[in-house]
Amino acid sequence: MERMRRELLPGVYLTGLRTDKFKTGLISVSFLTRLCREEASMNALIPRVLRRGSVHYPDMDALSARLDELYGARLEPLVRKRGEIQCVGFWADFVDGAYLPGEAGADQLEQVGELLGEIILAPNTRGGLLRPEYVESEKEKLLEDIRARINDKIAYSRFRLTELMCQTEAYGVDVLGTEERVENIRYDALTRRYKALLATSPVEIFYCGREELDRVAEVMTRAMDTLPRGQIDYDIGTDIRMNALEEQTRVYTEAMDVGQGKLAIGYRMGSCMEEPDIAAIQVMNAVFGGSVSSKLFMNVREKLSLCYFASSGIDIYKGLMYVISGIEPENYEIALGEIGRQLRAVQAGDITDEELETAKASLASDLRGLTDSAGQLEGFWLGQSLLGLDYGPEEQAALVEMVTREDVVRAAAGIECDTVYFLRDKEGGHE
Amino acid sequence: MNKTEFAAAGEVLYTGKLPNGLSIYVLPKPGFSRRFAVFAANYGGADRRFTLGGQPVDTPAGVAHYLEHKMFDTPEGDALMKLSATGASPNAFTSESMTAYYFDCTQAFEENLRTLLSFVSAPYFTEESVNKERGIIGQEIRMCEDSPDYAIYTELMRLLFADGPLRDSVAGTVESIREITPQVLYDCHKVFYHPCNMALCVVGDVDPDMVERLALEILTPETAEPPGRDYGPDPGLEPAGLYHERTMEVSAPQFLAGLKLGPTGRGREEMFERLTGSLALRCLCGRSSSFYLWMYEQGLLNDTFDYSIEQTAGQRVLTIGGESRDYNAVLDGFYQELEHIAAEGLDPALFQRQKRAALGGYVRALNNFYAMAVVQAEGCFAGYQPLDNAAVLDTITCADASLWLMNHVAGRRMAVSVIKPKED
Repeated sequence: MERMRRELLPGVYLTGLRTDKFKTGLISVSFLTRLCREEASMNALIPRVLRRGSVHYPDMDALSARLDELYGARLEPLVRKRGEIQCVGFWADFVDGAYLPGEAGADQLEQVGELLGEIILAPNTRGGLLRPEYVESEKEKLLEDIRARINDKIAYSRFRLTELMCQTEAYGVDVLGTEERVENIRYDALTRRYKALLATSPVEIFYCGREELDRVAEVMTRAMDTLPRGQIDYDIGTDIRMNALEEQTRVYTEAMDVGQGKLAIGYRMGSCMEEPDIAAIQVMNAVFGGSVSSKLFMNVREKLSLCYFASSGIDIYKGLMYVISGIEPENYEIALGEIGRQLRAVQAGDITDEELETAKASLASDLRGLTDSAGQLEGFWLGQSLLGLDYGPEEQAALVEMVTREDVVRAAAGIECDTVYFLRDKEGGHE
Repeated sequence: MNKTEFAAAGEVLYTGKLPNGLSIYVLPKPGFSRRFAVFAANYGGADRRFTLGGQPVDTPAGVAHYLEHKMFDTPEGDALMKLSATGASPNAFTSESMTAYYFDCTQAFEENLRTLLSFVSAPYFTEESVNKERGIIGQEIRMCEDSPDYAIYTELMRLLFADGPLRDSVAGTVESIREITPQVLYDCHKVFYHPCNMALCVVGDVDPDMVERLALEILTPETAEPPGRDYGPDPGLEPAGLYHERTMEVSAPQFLAGLKLGPTGRGREEMFERLTGSLALRCLCGRSSSFYLWMYEQGLLNDTFDYSIEQTAGQRVLTIGGESRDYNAVLDGFYQELEHIAAEGLDPALFQRQKRAALGGYVRALNNFYAMAVVQAEGCFAGYQPLDNAAVLDTITCADASLWLMNHVAGRRMAVSVIKPKED
C-alpha cells in the first residue's frame, strides 16, 4: 500500500493510500477544532446544513439525484470527537470505475471530489448567509439525535459517565453539544462560525482507493481551492488529568423504566500518560476487558454468569479508561467488586502467559486486519495525524507483539477509579 | 471445487459439495490480510417443531440460540479461547432461520478452521454447563428487551402472525429457556447440524482445496436426509392484528409498519422477486425518493427511517419504519405516492437512476468479508447465488418494479407497531 502525506494548501493535509484491494474509493475531509461547550453544537450542525444544498445542487432532491447518478455514491456529514478535538466534515465513498459498465465511471474520483468541494465551500445561501429554513430544519434533526441518545441504554450510560466524570473539562462536552445550545443557534451566528471554521481550522483530508495519489492530490487541491484561509489555529489538543477529580470515587445512580441495569465505570490512566506507551496501554486494556479472552469476560461473564457483556475501552488522547456491563440491578455490588478485583490483578501483574499472549495476538491481528477496511484505515490515520505519529498499523502491531508483562503493569500502575455511573430500574432506584 | 468467474464483480468463486452433503464456498481475496470463515446451519429460532426418529418434537422458544452459546464448550475447554489464542476473533449469531459460527483472523487460518469445524460438529454438554449459561443468556434477553428496535419488531411480528414460531423472539424469554436441558440440545444438534444441512463459506486469501480437504477430514462421511421442519399451517396474507402500542424509555414516538408478502420461493426466481421488491421500494421510499425527502423536510421523518424486505422462516415480510411524531401522516404520504405510481407508473428516469445506485450498492458490498460470507450461506439455503445480484438487477425493468408495488403493496393495509415515550 503506497502512502502519501502532503500539504495541499496552507494547513490542509492529504493522507493518501493507494491500493487495489477495494472496489470503492473513500475520501474524508475533517476540519479540526477545539471541543468546547460554546461551539460544539454549532460545529455539529454546520455539515448537516451544508448537506442540504449547494449552489449547483440547491436542495436535497438535486443532491440525491446527483449521488444516484454517480452509482449511489455516498456523501455524509462526519462529526467526531478525538480527545478534546472536534473533527467536523464529510466522508464520501464511491464505486471505482473499474467495476462499472463500460467507461461509465472513469472519472468518479473527479466527480465526487468536485461535489465534496462544492458542498463544503459553496453552500446554498441567501444574502450570503446560510438559509434560515435549512438551519431551522436541521436544528430539529440535531435535537432529535441528541434526545435519541436515551434510546440505546449502553451508549447512553457511556455518554452520562463521560458527562459526569469530566464535568469540569472540555472532554465532558458531547460531540453534538446540548439541546439548549442547539435551540439558541441563529442562522447568522452559524454562518459566522462556518466562516471561522473554514478560515482557521487545520484540515485533514484522507483518501484510500485505486487512483494515483498525485491525481488525488490534484483533484482535492482543485476541490478545496477556494477555501478562504486566515490565521490557522494549530493550538488544539487535549488536557490530560492525571488523577481522579475527588478523593472519593463519585457515584451517580439514575433510575429508568428498564429491566437490565447498566454499570459504567470511568478511570484516569494516571502516570502512564506522562509518556504514553500506546502499545502497552492497548495490551493492558485487552488483558483487562478489551477482548473475549480478557479478565472481565472470563470472570464477570463466564465464571460468575453475572452478565452478557462486560468490557473495557480506552481513550488514548485523554488518558481515560471505562468499563461497561449490563447486569441485574441487584448484582451491582458483586459486579463492582469483581471488576475492581480484576483491575487490581492486572496492576499486580497477576496475568498468566496465556492471557498476555492471547491479548497481544488478538490486538496485533486486529491491527493487521484493519488494513483490509478503508473506513478503519481512515480512522487509524486520522488518529496518527492527531497524535503526531507517522507509522502504520503493521508497525503498531509489531510494537504490540513486543509488549512485556512489566510494560502492562507499568501501564496499569497509575489507574485510578474516578466515577461510577449506574443506570437502574425504577423499583429500587433513587436519585 | 468448481471455479466460477464473476467478471463484472471482479470475483472468482470456488464451490463444492461433499459426499456427506456439505456445501462449500470459497471466495479468494489475494492481497488481503484477513481471512474469514463461517460455518452455518440451516437452523434458527423458528425451527421449533421437527421430526426425530419418526416422532414430532416440540422445543421451547430460544433453543437454537441456547445451543449456539453451548456449542463453544468442548471436553478440552472453551473453543472461543482456543481460537482467540491465535489472535482470531470468533463469534456466532442465531437468526430465525440460521445459526452461524465464524472467525476472522490474520494468521493460523488452517488451525482455526480445524477448530471451527471440530467444535461445531461435536456437541459436549453437561447439566452443570447448561445451567450456568442461563444467567448469561438471561442477561442477553434482558438487554434486548430494553431495546426499542427489538421491542417494536417483536410486536410487529405478533401483529402479523396469529400463531407459529415467528411470534417468539429468537432468544426466547427468561421463562422459556428454563425448560432447556442437555438432552434437548443434543436432539436439536443431531437433527439440524448434519453437514447436509450446513454450509461452509470462506472469504480471504485461502486455498480452496485446503478448505475442502479439512472438511472431508474432520466432518462425518455419513450421508443423511435433510431434516423435516414444521412451521405450522400457511399463515396467509391477512395480519392477525393491525395496531399495537406500548410505552418505553425513548425520546420520541417510533413506528414499524409491515405487510406479509407470502411464502419465500427458491432459486433465481426468488432472487428476482426480492431484488425487484428492493428496487421498487428504493424508488418509492428510498433516501432519494420524493416521498422521503418531502417527509424529511416536513419534519415527519429523519434518517432513522428505513425499509426492508425480511426473509424469515419461509415467510417474506415488508417493513417500513423509524422515528416520527405522526406515523399516520407518514403512512398517508406513502399510500398517496403509491396511488400516484398506480396512475402514472414509476418515472423511467427515476427508475434508471435508482438502478444505477442499487448497482453501486452491490459492488460496495463486495468489500465486506463478513457480509459476503453470510450471504453465501443464505444463498446456499435458498438456492441462489448472491454474486449474480448485478446480473439479475440488470434484467429488472421499470414495469417489473411498478407491477411489484401494485401486486404486493398497493391497496393493502399495513399492521403498525408503535412505541411511545413515557410521560412522567
